[in-house]
Amino acid sequence: MSELNLTSAPAHLRHGSNIGQPLTRRDGILKVKGQATYAADNHPPGMLFAVMAVSSIARGRVTSLDVTAARRHPGVVDVMTSDHKPPLAIDPEIKTNPFVFRMEALHSDEVRYANQPIAVVIAETLEAATEGAALLAPHYETLPALIGLDAGDSFVPPVVGVGNPTENHRGDVEAGLASAEKRIEAVYETPPQYHNAMEPHAIVAAWDGDKLSVDMPTQGLFLSRARIAELFGIAPDKIHIRSPFLGGGFGSKGLMSGPPTLGIMAAKLVGRPVKLVLRREQMYGPVGHRAPTRQRLRMGTDGEGRLTALDHHARTVSSTFDDFYEPAADASHTLYAAPAIRTSHDAVRVNTGTPLFMRAPGEATGSIALESAIDEMAWACGIDPLAFRLKNYAEVEPITGKPFSSKALRACYEQGAARFGWAKRPLQPWQMRDDAGLLVGWGMGTATFPALMFQAEARAAIRRDGTGVMEIGAHDMGQGAWTALAQIAADGLGLDIDRVEFKAGTSDLPDAGIAGGSAHTATAGAAIHTAGAAVIAKLADLAANDERSPLFGAGNAGVIARSGKLFRRDDESRGESYAEILARAGLAEVEARGTGAPNPASMEEYAMHAHGAVFAEVKVDPELGQVRVTRMVGAFAAGRIVNPHLVKSQLFGGMIWGMSFALHEEAITDRRSGRIMNANLAEYHIPVNADVPPLDVITVEEHDPHVNALGIKGVGEIGITGSAGAVANAVWHATGVRVRRFPIRIEELLTQL
Amino acid sequence: MKPFDYVRPTTVEEAVAAAAQPGAVYLAAGTNLLDLMKGNISRPDRLVDVTHLGGLDRIEHLPDGALRIGALVRNADLAHDAEFVRSYPAVAEALLSGASAQLRNAATVGGNLLQRTRCAYFYDTASRCNKRAAGSGCDARDGENRSHAVLGWSDSCIATHPSDFCVPLVALDAVVEIEGSNGRREIVLDELHRLPGDTPARDSTLEPGDLIVAVRLPPAARGFAAHAGYLKVRERTSYAFAVVSAAAALQIENGKIKQARLALGGVAAKPWRARTAEDVLRDVAPTADAFQEAAWRALGDAKPSGDNAFKIELARRIVVRALTLAAAGTPARLPPLPASPFASTSGALHV
Repeated sequence: MSELNLTSAPAHLRHGSNIGQPLTRRDGILKVKGQATYAADNHPPGMLFAVMAVSSIARGRVTSLDVTAARRHPGVVDVMTSDHKPPLAIDPEIKTNPFVFRMEALHSDEVRYANQPIAVVIAETLEAATEGAALLAPHYETLPALIGLDAGDSFVPPVVGVGNPTENHRGDVEAGLASAEKRIEAVYETPPQYHNAMEPHAIVAAWDGDKLSVDMPTQGLFLSRARIAELFGIAPDKIHIRSPFLGGGFGSKGLMSGPPTLGIMAAKLVGRPVKLVLRREQMYGPVGHRAPTRQRLRMGTDGEGRLTALDHHARTVSSTFDDFYEPAADASHTLYAAPAIRTSHDAVRVNTGTPLFMRAPGEATGSIALESAIDEMAWACGIDPLAFRLKNYAEVEPITGKPFSSKALRACYEQGAARFGWAKRPLQPWQMRDDAGLLVGWGMGTATFPALMFQAEARAAIRRDGTGVMEIGAHDMGQGAWTALAQIAADGLGLDIDRVEFKAGTSDLPDAGIAGGSAHTATAGAAIHTAGAAVIAKLADLAANDERSPLFGAGNAGVIARSGKLFRRDDESRGESYAEILARAGLAEVEARGTGAPNPASMEEYAMHAHGAVFAEVKVDPELGQVRVTRMVGAFAAGRIVNPHLVKSQLFGGMIWGMSFALHEEAITDRRSGRIMNANLAEYHIPVNADVPPLDVITVEEHDPHVNALGIKGVGEIGITGSAGAVANAVWHATGVRVRRFPIRIEELLTQL
Repeated sequence: MKPFDYVRPTTVEEAVAAAAQPGAVYLAAGTNLLDLMKGNISRPDRLVDVTHLGGLDRIEHLPDGALRIGALVRNADLAHDAEFVRSYPAVAEALLSGASAQLRNAATVGGNLLQRTRCAYFYDTASRCNKRAAGSGCDARDGENRSHAVLGWSDSCIATHPSDFCVPLVALDAVVEIEGSNGRREIVLDELHRLPGDTPARDSTLEPGDLIVAVRLPPAARGFAAHAGYLKVRERTSYAFAVVSAAAALQIENGKIKQARLALGGVAAKPWRARTAEDVLRDVAPTADAFQEAAWRALGDAKPSGDNAFKIELARRIVVRALTLAAAGTPARLPPLPASPFASTSGALHV
């Protein structure tokens, strides 16, 4: 992205070593000035505006659309419907691989959920397209919608999440419960939630013959390109996707969904570039969401407060036409040592857009239930919640028995508790009040998220002027990839960061895998690191084999790259610059590629997870039931921290999301129509500034030699886990009222206070 | 969106004439109207932009002690007027507890009075709604209605009026000055908003072409400045409509309440003046028992319209708290989180 003018001299720049430095984001100034070009900011010449018409029923069939009225509206160019659309090369219902989800591409008049696209109006202006869509005035044949966790007969899905077994067990749970001194059983419910990235899904698509140019925010440039290629029957190299910046993705922009596909179809239909941007309310349907869950937890403890059994069952939903099952119960695999553990899932089908990965899918929903239940169990035993967690600390991964590749959770507990002042917490609830008479409660939760790796490739080059290039089709969703990955690139190339041209965000670069699973920095970083090492090795080869070089005879292993020079490892007085080596060799540049991938041997041998401990303070009005979080401390151990500044922001964001999970977020579905009734940011509540208390993040030192060469575990999602439970537990501690339906509503506290 | 005419009259008379035509509506800041138009809830043929009319953006202190607030005064300008805050603290607090800073910078006094309900079924054009489409039915009645009305509702409509600003205004006997086809008239704010009855499509008693030009706080309204406040319970600390709110204002002399004013928000299709509660507070000591009695009176006629019985109990508790806070005396400075139960929480500088 040479047109990007990223900050070349970021604040706090220190030369020498890059990884570990708290650089401010290199795209920050562009964004503050409004100069960062997001997909919808592109306006190629001749561009038309496309607006989707969406269904207002959740189940049935479109029987008529007033296409004539829409076409007659001034400015409307065309109306794309199931009867009038360019053909696709394959049926969008066919799942060609596990990362393909079924989408609506106007291939049928069937309606399967509310807000399903049923037509696209293309016009000279956004206003004309919008009005054209309104004039379609669809008629439907409506069938009763399937809604909610009890919509129909439940079934056991074949897998949950991405290929996780639906059921897991170790030991005899029933025997463990039977022998327990103390037992709890509790049912928790979590609502449907929507990603609500600030930037709506958007696409600007332009065809040039069989070549396709796409501006579209995506967390998966290459998966998207592959899907577009198969849908439109063109070779991947004919498709150029630009996605330099995402205004948030959170999982909803990972895989190709219906709306951008419709944008590409619309451009094909009219033979001109087309822009299609979702309205906020249209994001509540075709682009995924977090499915609701109902989770039953049963636990037992012996006389010492040690778990004898842990049983976690989660009910969730999927759509009537595709499969994604929130793996909520899997949260119980990792954290607490119990001799008997069972996790299981079942599901019902409802008339909803297919649920999808949403920031910490499974971990977030499962964590709030598990951490609440652990809190209930600790209370039943009369043990402090932190002491209880330490008593049941897992020295090996409970479900598999594997050792952890690293686990600094004890240090997280210790440092977080110390910073928070947890030792002063009274065991009993309803004990603390502030000067104004508000109830005060302290709660905690354990955070965990797997350290995942996908596949990535990077290309590195050293140029004759001594500068470096690192190319990788990586994704900056706002998390700071432009900065953190450039830091890894600079270290890999042995250059200061301002001497590296870091290219990312387009599909003509090497495949960086998907920005998901909190694995992007680890995966792309590993590829960058390897590519850097490979190009330095080539350079070193050149020098070591050249008798005119002071490095002649040094051999690859005997060379260090630093600040644009190679030095003999055994004698740093002998060295020369990259520019000198290339000049003498008469080369414009040297290049090399590197890959990043999970290490199967490590995966076989170790359980690999990031961990953390979150402590929260809430205040609750004792008569009115309104809750406010007043303090949160999170201590996280996530392997090597590439950029502490960005990592802190990521963890803050996760903790705020956790608070949101416990107290605010909920899509309200009309029980009859299946429509989401609060599909806007005024009434779908997420925390505003005034809800966010002082947050304190501690990153706990952790060295992990097994996860990957750089020791990175990822921090994108872990912040939600633990946090939601900590807030919920703090509400209980403040009030003595245990609310098991999230978000915690005023009326549930009001009626019991 | 639907094409519409846009006219920008230069005098009030021109504006009234332009807006009296069928299909015409007034546009001020548009913080509500434009959303309604984008969502196809409102499809006017003509927008009459009143923001360029002269003289409607002034705050005037009248010789008789009344305060006259022009209809185009921005919410934020009014809420940050130091003299206004001193004289009508509950009103300032209500203003600052509404919407967001950005919206308050734009939204006008007149527009605030005429904002439409936030009932989700009113906004959802696929739902039946007697307010949006007269006679179509009410899908809120058996729908997701935990935030709906508990007072003054009818079988045809259970929506609430969302304004915070109107709640203390109605308590303080604010008067609305209206310019209409037949000249100028004025009504007390309590008579501006209608209860739904069988005709919920009409939010107010205004006639076509009627333009609110000013809101007037009568001289007596100042008499409550020492004991007044607004309390709003909501589902996040800021930028949320009231679940229930209350404005309480007292005149206390020699340890007794001489006069009480009480109004509730979020409970009915209009800001709900609780006169029966005011009556029991006259000439009694400001005690917890008296406030409890007032709260029971205030909600005496309340009944759930759906999954919202909790709002009745919540409203009672809010009334007691608001009266208690008012009796304790208006704080010297507006709290950093105006109207919030967390007003006292230190370190909160944002609303």
